[in-house]
Amino acid sequence: MNRVSRMVLSVGAALIICFAVSRMQAQAAQPAPQQEQAQTPANPPAAGDAKDSKKEAQDGGDGNPFAPEPAPALPPGMTGSDVNDPRYKLSPGLYDAGETSEGMKHLELVKKPEAFELGSADADNPKVQKTIAQLGMPPAMLAKMPKEIQLVIAQLAFANSDLAFEGNHLFQGNFYGINIFDISDPANTKLLTSMVCPGGQGDVSVYKNLLFMSVEMPNGRLDCGTEGFPPEPMPTEPDKSAENGAKDNSGAKDAGKPQDSANDKAKPEQRRPRLPAAQKDRFRGVRIFDISDIQNPRQVAAVQTCRGSHTHTLVVDPNDKDNVYIYVSGTSFVRQSEELAGCSGEKPDKDPNTSLFRIDVIKVPLAAPQDAKIVSNPRVFMNARTGEINGLNNGGTHGKPGSEKPRDTDQCHDITVYSAIGLAAGACEGNGIILDIKDPVHPQRVDAVNDPNYSYWHSATFSNDGSKVVFTDEWGGGLGARCRPNDPNKWGADAIFRLHDDKLTFENYYKMPAAQSDTENCVAHNGSLIPVPGRDIEVQAWYQGGVSVMDFTDPAKPYEIAYFDRGPIDPKMLVLGGDWSAYWYNGYIYGSEIARGLDVFELTPSKFLTQNEIDAAKTVQLNELNVQDQPKIEWPAKLVVAKAYLDQLTRSQALPANRIEALQKAIENAESSHMNKGKVAKLRKMAPSLEKSAASAKDQADSMRIHGLADVLKRLQAPA
Amino acid sequence: MTTFRSMRFWGSVHRRNKRKGFAEIGAGFGCLGAMVLIIFLVPVGMAQERDAPKAVVVQPGAPGMPTKTLPTSTKGTLPPKSRADVEFMQGMIFHHSQAVEMTAMIPTHSQNKNLRELGARISSSQSDEINFMKRWLAARGESVPTTMPDMPGMMMSSSGSMPLMPGMLSPEQMEALRKAKGAEFDRLFLVGMIQHHNGALTMVKDLFDTAGSGQDAELFNFATDADNTQRAEIRIMQGMLANQHKEEKQ
Repeated sequence: MNRVSRMVLSVGAALIICFAVSRMQAQAAQPAPQQEQAQTPANPPAAGDAKDSKKEAQDGGDGNPFAPEPAPALPPGMTGSDVNDPRYKLSPGLYDAGETSEGMKHLELVKKPEAFELGSADADNPKVQKTIAQLGMPPAMLAKMPKEIQLVIAQLAFANSDLAFEGNHLFQGNFYGINIFDISDPANTKLLTSMVCPGGQGDVSVYKNLLFMSVEMPNGRLDCGTEGFPPEPMPTEPDKSAENGAKDNSGAKDAGKPQDSANDKAKPEQRRPRLPAAQKDRFRGVRIFDISDIQNPRQVAAVQTCRGSHTHTLVVDPNDKDNVYIYVSGTSFVRQSEELAGCSGEKPDKDPNTSLFRIDVIKVPLAAPQDAKIVSNPRVFMNARTGEINGLNNGGTHGKPGSEKPRDTDQCHDITVYSAIGLAAGACEGNGIILDIKDPVHPQRVDAVNDPNYSYWHSATFSNDGSKVVFTDEWGGGLGARCRPNDPNKWGADAIFRLHDDKLTFENYYKMPAAQSDTENCVAHNGSLIPVPGRDIEVQAWYQGGVSVMDFTDPAKPYEIAYFDRGPIDPKMLVLGGDWSAYWYNGYIYGSEIARGLDVFELTPSKFLTQNEIDAAKTVQLNELNVQDQPKIEWPAKLVVAKAYLDQLTRSQALPANRIEALQKAIENAESSHMNKGKVAKLRKMAPSLEKSAASAKDQADSMRIHGLADVLKRLQAPA
Repeated sequence: MTTFRSMRFWGSVHRRNKRKGFAEIGAGFGCLGAMVLIIFLVPVGMAQERDAPKAVVVQPGAPGMPTKTLPTSTKGTLPPKSRADVEFMQGMIFHHSQAVEMTAMIPTHSQNKNLRELGARISSSQSDEINFMKRWLAARGESVPTTMPDMPGMMMSSSGSMPLMPGMLSPEQMEALRKAKGAEFDRLFLVGMIQHHNGALTMVKDLFDTAGSGQDAELFNFATDADNTQRAEIRIMQGMLANQHKEEKQ
């Protein structure tokens, strides 16, 4: 074994000892860090190591490891993000960052509950102190582990994730469990229940008394325990090698170092006995809770899957009242068959029953949710003609000697089902796909697209009429800064497609336009429709790029109509944060802020959106919202809906001014007369002539607005 | 900056106005009015507080088992740390730095627009990931390998039989790439980078086949995402390679 790997291992061993010692709380008080380190026998190598890394930093030109990497130059022909936007240079802070917004108002931030934050029991841990020292924090901070440090050490372990809604309850997923809030007064949202149950990433759905949760990580346990599973034991090396290793390294050429660790890694079997990785108590899949008592959710089922569940989608079959279905998208490694029988990570040519290249469908009997189980594993990437299960992007005709075999799309990241039109849109690794889900247990792929600017197909949203689909590209996985001035605006963006006869046609990209700093993770992420009649509007989260509201009524010309943004959590290093999802639910926008908590917003009128349009959106009230089980929006026959259409027709000058005025007048009369029979009748009579005008409207959007207006007027009822 | 300041100001003024407004109402009513208000408002306020149940911290049991109530002072804990996690990160930094070195050759070796774009993309994601891995190690007090952007080739060749991380190009392959130009460079780059990326997939698989590893959320997410991103890039490169092959035949 070479000297550096010895050093690495023994420093590791030394630090584990420190860790154990500090965990045992051997130190009575909290002495200064140097003193404390002196008390622990294993610390000299750690201190030496710290010095070395500083030296390395200088020698190697790498600098502070926490310093962000500058963005590479913009590729030729590409456009970057806008540096003149007020969102570019907001002041940093966890809870006191600068904020700016247009067209929306931030009502409140409900901070993340304490049970979902890392305990500060490790404040004395020398590793923590080393980190604090590296970050250049003042000694006063050493007394207590500051929240920023908790975030650096465990950025994701306690990250907030997706949202689901039911009645006055909001369910916020977290890598550590689920938090349930009372949103009966959205501006005064209250925490009801913190449910501890780790396993990431905690994607949530809700259906009546059942709450569903995705688990994918290896620390997930059937019993919701937080302890995870024991790792390979530490190698038993004599302590002195630690000192030698550290000493040797201090004078060694840095060049030898990475290579040594490579050597070390390449021969794991010589270094230690292998523990079996399989664990019968591990849980990766979809948990089902009974939430009849909202403050005492009970786990009723835990359906194991081979790749766990990164996301899942609730599917409510309009023709099946007894069951609901769950589409499971697993994106991580296939577990060993020793742990879950039948799991196989082999390529399809080796094993036709491979767990790759499929999604899993769980059937949940509503009367007996404890009997939920997998009922099919649809091969949604199959080539229907040849029967190959790796039928997407099987581009391997080059076959030159030495070249690798082709790689294919083998997973979906997220699926949005739109049962009202019998279709689903899957964002599946290297492809966007459309599935026919009329038989929900056996979805059939009807189209697939790819895109040269896409890195990773992440999620999808249909327009309400099903004629468009917005896909997202999560370039960099959400951990990276991808909205810097030099990051192309076609990368990590939305891609908007037209959908006609089950075929997708690309129209344009949309990326939140403002440049962000290099310490803000930013890329396209989860959003939902805002039900403004007559327009296709989506509110979307961009992590630390904030929340952006986008109009894609014309899919070739998407544009931003509102936004909210905060400055970075930290100015010197990228600390993971920002909004994971931003969804509209019954009149408000809720943002799930990864590090900070839960954001609540309200839209405000602007030149892009009138109060009538906002109020019309608020007429749509749902009992439940799982965004990936997309509901068909229908607007009630209310005057404000007509007024919203009329505002839009005024904006686009789709009707002559005198006709608009006449319609406005008639609506005002009906309103001020409290829907007097005669006034309502007069309004209804205006519908037929509107329908005639619709035919001569200058574009399809206006034609649909005029139709929409006529439809509302026709349906108007005077109170009995 | 101005926007920020005015926003913050707006927030605080807004809150202050709310309180002030309340006081003014009281003053307007006079003492008696205020007392009446207090009599009426206080019980209402208390009633509202009683309406909202106190937040609880609970931990469900295994399916069918009861749910435990935890103290409200409960704080989060992390699963145990794994040596394999640390070694994976250290090794992957080494592995990624070769990809960055390869993409750095593109501007002087190829005019292919698609390859230049791909290279920029790989360079961006891999150097970003290197940075991420260094942070991960440093935040845990682990030693951070130094990357030597100008030197790795030299380092390789001087080491002769020293095994590389899975998929890494041999010194001979790197040398061949360095000497190639135009279409030949493009081909060698694509073949080489596909090999390189496949190696990363092997590293991820090895990690998750080790007991107790990958329980760190950041590492798990990173390894999974790196795996996904590289699969996607492999596919793009295979498409480019197939096209190049077709063009050469014509």
